[in-house]
This record gives sequence, C-alpha cells and structure tokens, in this order.
Amino acid sequence: MNTPIHVAFVGNPNCGKTTLFNAYTGARLKVANWPGVTVEKKEGAFSYQGEKIRLVDLPGIYSLTSYTMEEKVSRSYIMGEEVHVVIDVADASSLERNLYLTLQLIELGRPVVLALNMMDIVEERGMAIDLHRLPEMLGIPCIPVSARQKRGLEILMHAVLHHKDKELDALEHDHPYESKHRHDHHKDIVMVYSDEIEDKIDVISERMEETFGPMDNVRWYALKYLEQDEEILEKYPLDLGDVVERSYETDIINEKYDFIEEIIQECLVGKSEKAEFTDKIDRWLTNRIWGVPIFLGVMALVFFLTFAVGDWLKGYLEQGIEAVSSLITNGLVALGVGELVRSLVADGILAGVGGILTFLPNIFILFLALAFLEDSGYMARVAYVMDGIMGKIGLSGRAFIPMLLGFGCTVPAVMASRALEDPRDRLKTILVTPFMSCSARLPIYVLFSQMFFGNYALLAAYSMYVLGILVAILVALVMNQFTKRKGINTLLIELPEYKTPNLHSIAIYTWEKVEDYLKKAGTTIFAASILIWVLLNFGTAGMVTDMSESFGATLGRLLVPVMGPAGLGYWQIVVALISGLAAKEVVVSSMSVLFGVSNAAGQAGMSAMAAALAGISFTTVNAYALMTFCLLYTPCMAAIATIKRETRSWRWTLFGAGFQLVVAWMVAVVVYQAGLFLTKI
Amino acid sequence: MMLREGKLKEGYLVEEIQLGDKIRRRLQILGLTRGTRVEVLNRKKNGTIVMKVRGTRFAAGKEVAEGIQVREPKNQAIPADSREVRP
Repeated sequence: MNTPIHVAFVGNPNCGKTTLFNAYTGARLKVANWPGVTVEKKEGAFSYQGEKIRLVDLPGIYSLTSYTMEEKVSRSYIMGEEVHVVIDVADASSLERNLYLTLQLIELGRPVVLALNMMDIVEERGMAIDLHRLPEMLGIPCIPVSARQKRGLEILMHAVLHHKDKELDALEHDHPYESKHRHDHHKDIVMVYSDEIEDKIDVISERMEETFGPMDNVRWYALKYLEQDEEILEKYPLDLGDVVERSYETDIINEKYDFIEEIIQECLVGKSEKAEFTDKIDRWLTNRIWGVPIFLGVMALVFFLTFAVGDWLKGYLEQGIEAVSSLITNGLVALGVGELVRSLVADGILAGVGGILTFLPNIFILFLALAFLEDSGYMARVAYVMDGIMGKIGLSGRAFIPMLLGFGCTVPAVMASRALEDPRDRLKTILVTPFMSCSARLPIYVLFSQMFFGNYALLAAYSMYVLGILVAILVALVMNQFTKRKGINTLLIELPEYKTPNLHSIAIYTWEKVEDYLKKAGTTIFAASILIWVLLNFGTAGMVTDMSESFGATLGRLLVPVMGPAGLGYWQIVVALISGLAAKEVVVSSMSVLFGVSNAAGQAGMSAMAAALAGISFTTVNAYALMTFCLLYTPCMAAIATIKRETRSWRWTLFGAGFQLVVAWMVAVVVYQAGLFLTKI
Repeated sequence: MMLREGKLKEGYLVEEIQLGDKIRRRLQILGLTRGTRVEVLNRKKNGTIVMKVRGTRFAAGKEVAEGIQVREPKNQAIPADSREVRP
C-alpha cells in the first residue's frame, strides 16, 4: 500500500460537512448546527479501492480571508504540502451562497472536488441542478451526494482519487460583457475578473516573480494584494503603490458574486421559494411575544426529561451496579484478600466510581436533548430570541449559545465563546458561563434533592438551574457597569433551515459525551476516590478506625469556621467540596466514601446517607445551601484549564476562579441564613 | 434608506454598507453585495432583524441593520433573489 492520500473537508457552517465526514469515517465527531463549533481539526481514516485515505475535517467557514482563527487555520492547511485533494462540501439547497467559498478554494490552486450535499432536499423542493453545466463553468468535478441518506459517497471518493492528478479540459463559457482576456481559462483559473482587475493582476504577478522568483499560483497572491490581505502583505512585502492605490476587496467580492449569479442562472433549474416550512415554524419559534416563553418551555421539557426519564432508567442501572459491586466484594472475601485492600475496593473505589456511574442515564438524556436542539437548527434561533434580554446585560444574543451549552459541560461551552467577535464580550461570556449548571453538578442535585425534598425534589433541582441563570445575569450586569461601554449590537448569525435531526449524528454526539463521562469515572473520579479513601483512613498515627482522626478531618476542620455561616461547617462537607475541584461529581463520590455508603443513588444508600447526615445535624436548609454552593463555586480543573487556554491569561483565570468561590460563599450564606430565619417562624 | 427602516416581507436592493471593515467584509462575503435583493423577515423590539439574502436567513443586530443602505426596487415585480442589472 502506498502513502495515504490526504483529503481535506472544507465547507460553510451548516452545510452538512461533519455528517458527510462521519458517513465515511464513522468517527465520533460532534455535529453542530450553529456556526463555529468545529474549531479543532478532526481526523479520520479509511480505505477505498486499496488506497489509504486520510480525511481532515476543517472548521466551517464562509470564506478564506485571514481575519478569523478558523479561516487562517483552514487556509494555511490547504496551502500546505500535506493536502492532496480538497473536498468542498456545499449545501446544494443554498448553492448561491456556498459557491463563494468554492471560488476561493479553486483560486488557491489545489485540486478541488465539489460535493453537492443535501441533494435530497433540492429534489424535495422541486429544484434541479444542471450537473453537466456546473462542472463546465467551475472547471472542477461536481458530485451530487446526500450525507444523511448516504448517497453518492462512492462516486465522491472515486472522483477524489481521479482528480488527484488529472485536470479537466478547458471549456468555453459565455460572458455577458466585453473582455479582452481569454475565457477558455478553466485549465488554470476559475474566473476572469473585469479588465481593470485582470490588468492589475498581470502587473502584480510580474513584479512578484521579479522579486520573489517563480511562484506557484502567483495569480492568487496578486489577488490577495488587491484585497490588501494582511497576512500576505506581511509575508511578501512589495511596493505596489502605483498599481494598488486602494483596496479592491469589495470589487473582487462583487465580481465573484456576479460570476456566481451567472452560474446559478445557467445551472439551477426550477428555483423554488419552498422554504415555507422553515418560515412557518419560525412564525412561532421566533415570534416577538411567544419566542421567549416557547424557549423557556423547551428548556423546562429538557430538564423534565433529564430528571424524570433519567431517574426511571437509573433504577435499572442501580440494580446492575449493586449486583456487580456485591459480586466483587464477595469475590474478594472468597479470595482471602486482606481487610485493608477490601476496604479500599469497597469503601473507596466501588463507593466512589459506582456512585457516579449510576447517574449516567440523567447525563445521557441531557446530552441527547442538547444534541437534538443543535442538530434541528433551533440553537441559532435561541441567539435571536434571547438577543433582547442579553442586550440588557450588555451581551449579544450569540453569547447565549455558549451559556446554553454550559448546561452540558463548561469545557466546550467556554470554547464555543470563540464565535463572539468582540474580545470583551468573549471574556464576559467566559466568566459567566461556569455559573450555568453543568451536567457534572447534576448528581449532586439528584442526590440531595431526593434525600431532603421528597415530593419537591424536582422543584428543588430545577431551582438550581434558575438560580445559576440569575447569578450569571446579575454578574454580567455588574460587569457591564464597570465596562461602561454602550453596547453595539453587531449580532450576525445564520439561521439554518430546520431539519429533522439526523439520528446517526445525534448518536455519535451523545455517545461522545457518554464516553467522556465514563472515562472521567474511570480516571479522575477513580483517582480522587482512592485519594479520599487514603486521606480519610490514615492519620498521624497510621491507619485510623475513626475517620474524625484522619488527615482529611484535620484538613477539613481548618476551614470549618469559614464555612459555618453558609451552613457547611462540617469537616466532612468541606472535604467533599475540596475534592469536588477535581470534578464536580466527586462531591457525591466523596460523600459516599465519607459515609461508607456503597450505592448513594439507590434507595438503601440514600437513606443510609440521610441518616448519617442527620447524625451530624445536617438539615434540609443545609442541603439547599450545599446545592447552592456546588452550583456556584470554582469550576473543575478541566474547566479552569480551558478558561486559561481561551483567555490566554492567568490573571483572568485566577480572578474567575476566586471570584466564583466568593460569589458561591456569599450566596450560600444568604440562602442558609434566610432558610434558618424562615424555618424559625 | 437604511435596512432598519425596511418594511417586513418587502424586498429591497443593497446600495452600500456603511459599517466598519470587519463587519462590512463579513456581510459582503455572505452575499450582501451591491444590488443584492434583501428581505426583512422579522424584527424584534430592540431592533434586531431576521433578513433573507440569496436564500439564506440571518439574524442581524440593530447596529448592523442600521449600517446597510438599501433602496426600493424600481420594478416592484422583481423575482425573489434576483438582482437588477447594474448600469
């Protein structure tokens, strides 16, 4: 087998690029329906006709300028030596806009194959694309595919292999205006600009090669000079004052779209306005009055499913985990393993990891719902619907998407804030996103609300989400007072057509999250459980029988006076909270280890823990204060590391972490003291 | 007139984009070039609009909508998504 063929996937956001990528590789990739989610480079490999093919999924972009991180990454990767063929994925149902990127890609000079995705939708709408004329006009192979129905996949790869080292013949096409430049150009160039620009390209090309020697695709560089592209001007400084007296960027964009219109007129048949479906849904979902209530209803439904359906599924999982746990414990006894190791396994690992695994169904349902919202096209609408409210706290509606994703996990949510243009908006969003209650905090709510709130458990858990949003809004408001800047609303986001979510995409997305959770249970939580067990079973005098003499207890007692006013002045709780910095779920696993409860989520485990907590006079008010504190305090290490990467500032990262700790303490104190006061009357 | 003042469901033609380089470039790349037909589909109280350009919907903030200069098409019966021939 020869060296692998490197194929890059490029395309607009929402063009189904990742779905197509998944159809080939089956790789566990996230599919999102709002711009800017695939920021990282994703790879996959497979074999086709005895050739090894390596696919690289580039971020969804609208163009190849050098003004955003995503576009820069894509441009330099495509221009690099590594890539053999570029697959340009276009949404054939909105070909006009997608072709802009296509023209830019072809101009870059690498072999490009156009994948006309969503052909099923084109047909559904009664449209047709002239698949003979289109490749004639573009000079590249154009392959109709449907990633969702897995149609045309073979032919596309066939074209990729074929196009690797072959070019189509030059073909003539009509032009509506006079031009002295050749138009049989498809062998080397995709489109001819107006005489004014073409003349300048000729002069610049000549000057460039005089200065820098022969260049591959000098025409492209000449175009970039005319557009005054920062990156190219810096890399190849050239005095062109006499030729490029102004930026020709607008002219070039206009002329590209002129050519695109020509293509559309010749190639698109039966252009229909049957996007009515989306308009009909939008009449409700983006309604001036109903938009916000509907969104709140959707979120209420998401959380209802997470708790109600999740808990129902959890019942079955508990039985399984309990069975496995007792099997292991009995097995160890039968093998004659020493008491110390038995304690480590049963009270440390099984209690900790097993307790966390039980919450898998809740997590699964939550991510399933979020995937559904993203893939259907609703997520982008939320940015529009929430724009007014967000504007009042000095943020663009787009900042709401990272915050919403924060219900799943803070890490990708913080990364999603990249889609925000203004650096100050980004920073603000990054600082408030951790207040949105992530799925790792869910086990804490489920456990404590069920132990202490009985029939009102669901309400108590809901209230945490609402409280998190309120605190985030309040914090943003206060920050807005400091920045004192009149908010300029430069929201600009595509609202994709609604579509039935693709089951394959959703399955991959959800599985990815579940796998993350399992991995976390096997690594972070596993390690934290062992550490906690050690801290609690050993003291200055070696192994202790009474945990209150352990290292953990000593450590916890140091902070008891500080946490007292918040109703959390118990060394056990302090230890659990500190361990929660590793990952928030660890609060639950630590509690299990602390109170020697093997299955915290089970009925028996819960009443055992409730009894133990009652023993240290930990009441309902304390429980609510604990839930509040867990909601708001410093996020887990993974989130802190992400915040550092995204803000590129230790100062802001540490400020954020410290700030959250202070906010959590203050709110917990208020909640606890108010609770005490209320219970006294 | 500016797109912000545009009536709902009515087509206008883009004349000029009077915004900073960054946002102007983004709009042009998305197809809001001179002479392009644009339609306002929806509008919020705070001035944010939903517009349709070349078959794609975008949500655009108040300041964006304020920076897009448009005019009414001379010929009312302009088919959707098409452009007037430039002089």
